[in-house]
Parts: sequence; C-alpha cells; structure tokens
Amino acid sequence: MISSSAYAAGDLIINLDQTDPAPKKAFEDIVAGFSKENPDVNVIVNTMHKEGYKTSIRNFLTADAPDLATWYAGNRMAPFVNAGLFEDVTDVWEENGLNEQLKSAAASMTIDGKKWGVPYTYYQWGIYYRKDIFEEQGIAVPTNWNELVAASAKLKEAGITPFTIGTKALWPTGGWFDYMNLRVNGYEFHMDLTAGKVPYTDPRVKATFDKWSELVKPGYYNTNHPALDWQDAVPNLVQGKAAMYLMGNFAVDVFKNGGLKEEQIGFMQFPEITPGIPMAEDAPTDTIHIPAKAKNKEDAKKFLAYMARADVQTATNITLGQLPVNSGAERPEERILQQGFDMLSNAYALAQFYDRDAPAEMAKAGMEGFQEFMVKPDRADAILKRLEKIRTRVYK
Amino acid sequence: MFLVYVIAPIGQSIAISFYDWDGIGAKTFIGIENYIELWDDEAFYTSLYNNVLWLALYMLAVPAGLMIAIFLNQTVTGIRIYKSLFFFPFVISQIVVGLIFSWFYAPNFGLFTKLLEFLGFEGIAVLADERFVTYGIIAAGLWPQIAYCMILYLTGLNNVSPDQIEAARLDGAKGWKMLWYVIIPQLRPATFIAVVVTIIGALRSFDLVSIMTSGGPYGSSRVLSYYMYEQALSEYGFRMGYGASIAVVLFAIMMVFITLFIVRMLKDEREGY
Repeated sequence: MISSSAYAAGDLIINLDQTDPAPKKAFEDIVAGFSKENPDVNVIVNTMHKEGYKTSIRNFLTADAPDLATWYAGNRMAPFVNAGLFEDVTDVWEENGLNEQLKSAAASMTIDGKKWGVPYTYYQWGIYYRKDIFEEQGIAVPTNWNELVAASAKLKEAGITPFTIGTKALWPTGGWFDYMNLRVNGYEFHMDLTAGKVPYTDPRVKATFDKWSELVKPGYYNTNHPALDWQDAVPNLVQGKAAMYLMGNFAVDVFKNGGLKEEQIGFMQFPEITPGIPMAEDAPTDTIHIPAKAKNKEDAKKFLAYMARADVQTATNITLGQLPVNSGAERPEERILQQGFDMLSNAYALAQFYDRDAPAEMAKAGMEGFQEFMVKPDRADAILKRLEKIRTRVYK
Repeated sequence: MFLVYVIAPIGQSIAISFYDWDGIGAKTFIGIENYIELWDDEAFYTSLYNNVLWLALYMLAVPAGLMIAIFLNQTVTGIRIYKSLFFFPFVISQIVVGLIFSWFYAPNFGLFTKLLEFLGFEGIAVLADERFVTYGIIAAGLWPQIAYCMILYLTGLNNVSPDQIEAARLDGAKGWKMLWYVIIPQLRPATFIAVVVTIIGALRSFDLVSIMTSGGPYGSSRVLSYYMYEQALSEYGFRMGYGASIAVVLFAIMMVFITLFIVRMLKDEREGY
C-alpha cells in the first residue's frame, strides 16, 4: 500500500452528512471521546449538508476518499459495495463481539456474507398525534384500521384534517406505502416486493392501494401536499389544523421547536389492518463505513469499534434523541423514545424504509407513483402498471 | 479550449448513451437499448411536451420585451430609474427568482392565493397541481426573460435611425403602421438575438424546475434537461447512459432550431435585408 503524503500518518478524516444541531453535537462528543482514548490520532471532520452529501459521496469515494464516511444501511449501500468502494469490515465485527451486540442490524449490514459498516443509531416510525385534540374530540387511540378510519371521519367532521403530510421530496409517501403494505400483506411480502420478486400488478399490491384509498378518497390528507416539504407540513399539526402525522422520530424535535408542548404530542403504533399478520415496523438505520480507498484504515477500524461500543452508543443517542443499536446500551429515558423502543423490541421484523429497501431507480418511480396516487387515487391501476414496467427493467 | 470543453464532451455523451453505466462500476455496451427505452417512456414524453410548452410560451417574452422597451424609450425625468427597475429581474439569479415565485404561489399564505381569494375565487396550490404547475414555472421564467429581451430592444432602439422615422412621418405613417413597417425591420438584429436566447433559454430551462418543484408533482413539470439530470446525477438516478441518451435528444432538438435559424439568416442576408 502506498501511503499518501498529503496527510500525516496519524490523521483520520471523517466525512459527515449531519448539519443539524443535535447530530452535530453528538459527533463532536464522539470525536472528543475517541481522541481522548487515542491521543496519537488527529481526527479531521468534514461536515456537509445532507442532500449535497448524497450527490457528492460518489465523487469523494472514487476520487478523494476520506477514512470514514456516514451512509445508510440496506440497499442504499449496495451500489458502493458492488463497485468495491466500501471496505469489508467483517473483522471489526468479529474482534469486538459486534455480531452479538449489533445483532438486530446485522442483516441490513451484510452483503455477500460480509459486513460493510457499523450502525450507530436507528429510530422508529409511527403516527404522532395531538393528544389534546384527541381528548377534545373524544377519540380513543385507534388500534385497528376501522377505528383509524372512524377517527379520521370524526376529525374531518370537526373541520380538522386527520393527517398532515408534505410530499415534495417524495420520501414521506414511502413511509405510508411501507405501513399500508406491511399491515395489509405482511413483512415477507413487502420484502419480496422491494426485492423485485413480486410484480406490482399483483392483486395483493392492489389490495394495499384499495385500503389506502379509504383515507385518500374522503380527503383525510391535507391537499397541496405535493408543494410542501415535510417540515412545511408540521405547522398544520402545531396549529391544530391537522391531528396526526406519520413520520420518523426525528420529527419530534421539529414539533417541539414549532411550539408544541411535550404533553400535547402522542405516539402510536400504526394500527393493525389485516388481523393476524404480525406487526413489522419501519426503523431506518444510519451507519458509518470505511471507503476502500481510505488512507488510514487502521485507525478507521479503531474508530468503528469505538462507535459500536455500548457506552458510546448510549451517549450518542441521548444527544441524537434516537435509539442505540447496541443491545448492551442503556434504554432511553425520553417518553416517546421509550415507547418507540418498546415497540421496536417487540416488532416482528424491521424494514429499513422504501427508498433504502428498494434499489434507487425503483424507489424513485415508486414514490412518484405513491404521490400521484395520493392526488389521483382513481389512477391506481395505471400507476401500478407503470411501476410493473419499471420493475421488470430494474431487476433484470 | 472550445475543442476540449465543448466538442469532445458532446462526442463522449453520444458514446455513453450506448452504455448501461452507473457512473462508478463497469460499463456495459447495450447498443441503442437506451433509445428504445426512451421511446416507451411516459416520463420522457411528459418532459418533451413540457419543453414544447416552454418554447411556445417563452416566445411571449420577445413581443413583451419589445412593448416594454418602446414604452421605456422616452425622455422623461427619472426614466433611468424605471428602466433599471424593469431590468432588475434579469440581474437576480434564477435560483432567487424560483424562490420568490415559490413563495408567491405558496398555498395558504402566498400572495397569489390571497389575490385569488380577494377576487372571490378559491386559492389554488399552483405548484401542487399537475394542470397548472408548468404554466406557473414558465410565468416565473418569463419574468427575467422579458427583462432580457427588453434590454436587447432598448439597445436596438438606440440605433433606429431618426431620419427614417422623420421620413415615414412625413409620409403620414404613425402608430402601428410606423411600428410594423419602419421600426421593427430596423430592430431585426435585436429580434434575432432575442429569439435565439429565448429559444435556448426555454430548452435549457432547469434551475426553475429544480428549485420550484423538483419536477413534481409526480413528474408532471419535468423538462428534458431536468429529466436528464434526474436520471444521470440525482439521488435516485445514476443511470449515466440513459441520461446521456436524453441529452442527445435535447442536443438534436437544439441543433434543429439553430440550423433552421442559420439557414433563415443566410437567406435573408442574400436577399439583401
């Protein structure tokens, strides 16, 4: 291996896609802790904006690789693994007992029987609702589909939009499809679909859309959602114009900043639709990887091991307001997070998210189709036919 | 420089369009499969249709620019201030124009919604509605484009010979006749430039689509250049070959327009205009 002369041997360069205050602070703490234990390593962090990071990662992995780079689990890392741009870190997992401690995320980090990175946090998805509005309207927390539809009807009658959503960036539609499909057809079917094994024209997918249309057709979502980002949809909830929001746990911070009080925010598991189907959940995992062209792989592996440690993950996730992956880490103290933790611990299985489980091309077309469906539910058949055409091409 | 940065990449793009390539892995030669797929791609036709719409409506910038230029071509105190006010939208970046119009169209609190409500109509979320979204973006694009055409015509009007106007006036021409037969022919060079930049502006419309809708809702406001970007470079894309084939089509369309124009121009020259 020829070492580069640009950086000293003890330098460790990390590319980071977290610019929000909480994640930034979490990483500062990690770096400080690591430097304390490894005083000979000089850690350099390059922070980039999330969306920009997604487009630049391909460039820096091939041209000017850092020693560590944050990314996502599941199919999202597959192109880089297949192109030989990520380093195999199976040895880090084995030497540090991570196969045991990070068991829950092992499957989503494995390609070709090898591990390609280390997960450091994940978070639950579910329906966040306005507790006070539910009380005012005399609505109990729905536990099955009929109760959810009935609650929506009641809210709509009272002039409150049941669900708020912003689909400009498309991915929030993926969350809805995931849950509808997981609850109507179950985890195995959903995984087969995102893996390209089932046609989109399958009657079971149509059944998912039919159920979904029970919320779309009566207008239980805010109109205009294609013009809104997910943050733009939050004011509806804060101002009490809408009562529920299907989102990931990162939204809670935004709700609170928007002016909602802790006691106004409730969290519920997405209710059952087909009785008897075990409940699986969306829980996207954020990860960190060593690029194949990294210059200081030795220290990078030390850093991975450090980030996987139970005590480090505990501290990191308290700052992040998310959940540690390491099974030895301490449970969160925050109420909603605890609720999420319990839900995920009892979950039948965990899905990453539509755009991380399905390959990029399919994800884009799929989420566009879901958005179209949420505006024009009558086009369901045409949309599914189009998706099927794309599926046959993408997974050939 | 021209060879390295313009001609060579054109050749490269054409070459890449025959491959299936994700930009990092190995390239696979697939012949004209990308073009066959394009032929059967609804999203491509949506983009093409929107591009035609852009071209047609963008042309309004030329007469509109002329009208404003004539209106501003007077000697009144403070006319320079008015001129600069009209020119202002061209100075600001397309990104900012896009942001301003996004706010203008914003559902619930946008000025446009308020205006409609004031007039007794119901507010429309322009950028969320497949029927209006492209028109909404074109309107935003016209704002700076009209300013551009206006400045071209203002310069042109400076060169209109006063003798001919004087002579025409003696012959009794005024109003529309004067404009049509005396002024506009003299503005031919300005018109030429205005039409060319407007066509090119319409065909490469990208910034506004990207900023205002990202091609949405569900791809209904896509144009070719944006579709190419999406397929080749965006978060869920990285199909270099397919993107390149879209680029080739866009390039071909531009070539057609430019060739038509050059032929027209040469013909006019020969006929002695």
